[in-house]
Amino acid sequence: MSEVLVERGAVAGPIVAPRELLPYAIFAGVLLSLLVYFVGAEEGAASLVGGSAVHEFVHDARHLLGFPCH
Amino acid sequence: MVRSLLIRGMLVGLLAGLLAFAFAFVFGEPQVQAAIDFEQLLAAKAGDPAEAELVSRGVQRTVGLLTGTVALGVALGGLFALVFAYAYGRIGVVGARPTAAVMALVAFATITLVPFTKYPASPPTVGDPATIDRRTLLAFAMIAITALALVAAVRVRAHVAPRLGTWNATLIAGGVFVALIAVAQLILPAVHETPPGFPADVLYRFRLASLGVNATLWLAIGLGFGAAAARLLSPAHAQGCATVLHGQDSL
Repeated sequence: MSEVLVERGAVAGPIVAPRELLPYAIFAGVLLSLLVYFVGAEEGAASLVGGSAVHEFVHDARHLLGFPCH
Repeated sequence: MVRSLLIRGMLVGLLAGLLAFAFAFVFGEPQVQAAIDFEQLLAAKAGDPAEAELVSRGVQRTVGLLTGTVALGVALGGLFALVFAYAYGRIGVVGARPTAAVMALVAFATITLVPFTKYPASPPTVGDPATIDRRTLLAFAMIAITALALVAAVRVRAHVAPRLGTWNATLIAGGVFVALIAVAQLILPAVHETPPGFPADVLYRFRLASLGVNATLWLAIGLGFGAAAARLLSPAHAQGCATVLHGQDSL
């Protein structure tokens, strides 16, 4: 066995076929990326909503999570 | 299966966001406030009028911070679950908990730790608003370069492992990764925007707190999701589901 880390009694092979995963990956990927954008970059380098309410509201989180901010 | 994993990923992400909030509130907020106090001191000295607050500090450091960490937690937890669904059984690690732990470690290193060595998180006042576009681009470029360097290192390892053995192949891959990151960091422009007189201790503690917030987030996602997925994938759980389905059939 070439695996470095092995959990006893676990399923060894893949559990999901790419075909089954694809629609979830596209839909959730797009939506969740949008969420990351609003926390991290809206009204910073780019602006979808306008004004600076979103920016000011998540201001502290943006700084502490390490996104560039003003 | 993907549905169950995605739900668990988002729930674990929510919890991770709460933990990250607690860490950020306790260790990060005092530094953010110290940075803002410094900014106001500078403004007062220069005789500038106080800026109107669109959102009060009280809201920013509580509800605002919580919204940010929880939203990011849910998003990263969900994305983590989708990557996990594909990675499970395909990355040379057996089992849900080791897979999730390795993934979280790689994510923390790639998204936070390595890019941090070039473009670290900065508190308010540090950073010129006029250069936000450039700094955002550079920060995301550094993350992308780190991810590409990692992919390159993993491919090199797989390529030389049959001839040189796993240990030496891993060392070479590590060397390739460090060399690529070093070259990228030498080429990418430096960002030096700390205003003169900004307290060095505040900057240091803010950056340490920022690393801690991200480490908390990934640690909670990696260990929490690993535990949740291990339960989901255990033979006992699968048997339980089969029993439930069977019971419904007989109704």
